[in-house]
Amino acid sequence: MIDDSFIAEVRSDMLRFAQLQLRDAALAEDAVQEALLGALSGERSFSGRSALKTWVFSILRNKIVDLIRVQSRTTNVSALGEEGASLDQAFEELFKTNAHWRPDTRPRGWGDPAEALREKGFWDVFEICLNHLPENTARVFMMREFLEFDTTEVCQTLDISVGNCNVILHRARNGLRRCLESSWFAPGEKPC
Amino acid sequence: MLTCKEATRMMSEAQDRKLGAGERLKLEMHLSLCRGCRNFRQQMDFLRAACRRLVGRDEPGQD
Repeated sequence: MIDDSFIAEVRSDMLRFAQLQLRDAALAEDAVQEALLGALSGERSFSGRSALKTWVFSILRNKIVDLIRVQSRTTNVSALGEEGASLDQAFEELFKTNAHWRPDTRPRGWGDPAEALREKGFWDVFEICLNHLPENTARVFMMREFLEFDTTEVCQTLDISVGNCNVILHRARNGLRRCLESSWFAPGEKPC
Repeated sequence: MLTCKEATRMMSEAQDRKLGAGERLKLEMHLSLCRGCRNFRQQMDFLRAACRRLVGRDEPGQD
């Protein structure tokens, strides 16, 4: 059940996950290697593939949290505001002067999004869209969504206010949904 | 009455904390009238689901 090809598949998911967050290939590679070795050398037995995958990801997640805590000491907090300027401008342009959607930029229905989650191509687009976010904006988003910090923990770790954190998360989510809408969900650009 | 811009901020925050009763009421009233914002909310839920899937939680059943 847990064979080499399954390990290879999990490893590639882990690498993708680590690289997105660390934006450093060598660091990501090390973290994944350590997490896998840690998980597979243990005495623990697994009831199935999902259980193993969940376990190695939880080890990897802890490693990434540690690395981010170290990195965040050198994060330039003022850069968080500056790097968001272009995303904020793009957001403002979605609205009419009365702060309601412009007809051409109104969010569309995405059909059955669960279908997208099953398609491999979607994940490539998702990754591109995440990488497209400015670095620190992406960092805050991924701490919240991948590492499942609550916003208070994010604020404390990065030394920013809750208000600022909310602004950054909103910016990231809007940037991502815009990117997915134009790159994946746009009608007519996909076969079938 | 909320503007769409305000509603998007509230919908983003709803992913991070439980909105107060007053906020929920205002938001629901807005959503009942605004398809664009209803789509926005579904997109927010989708982003959460995609992130969960990526980190290996909420796997589709395949044991």
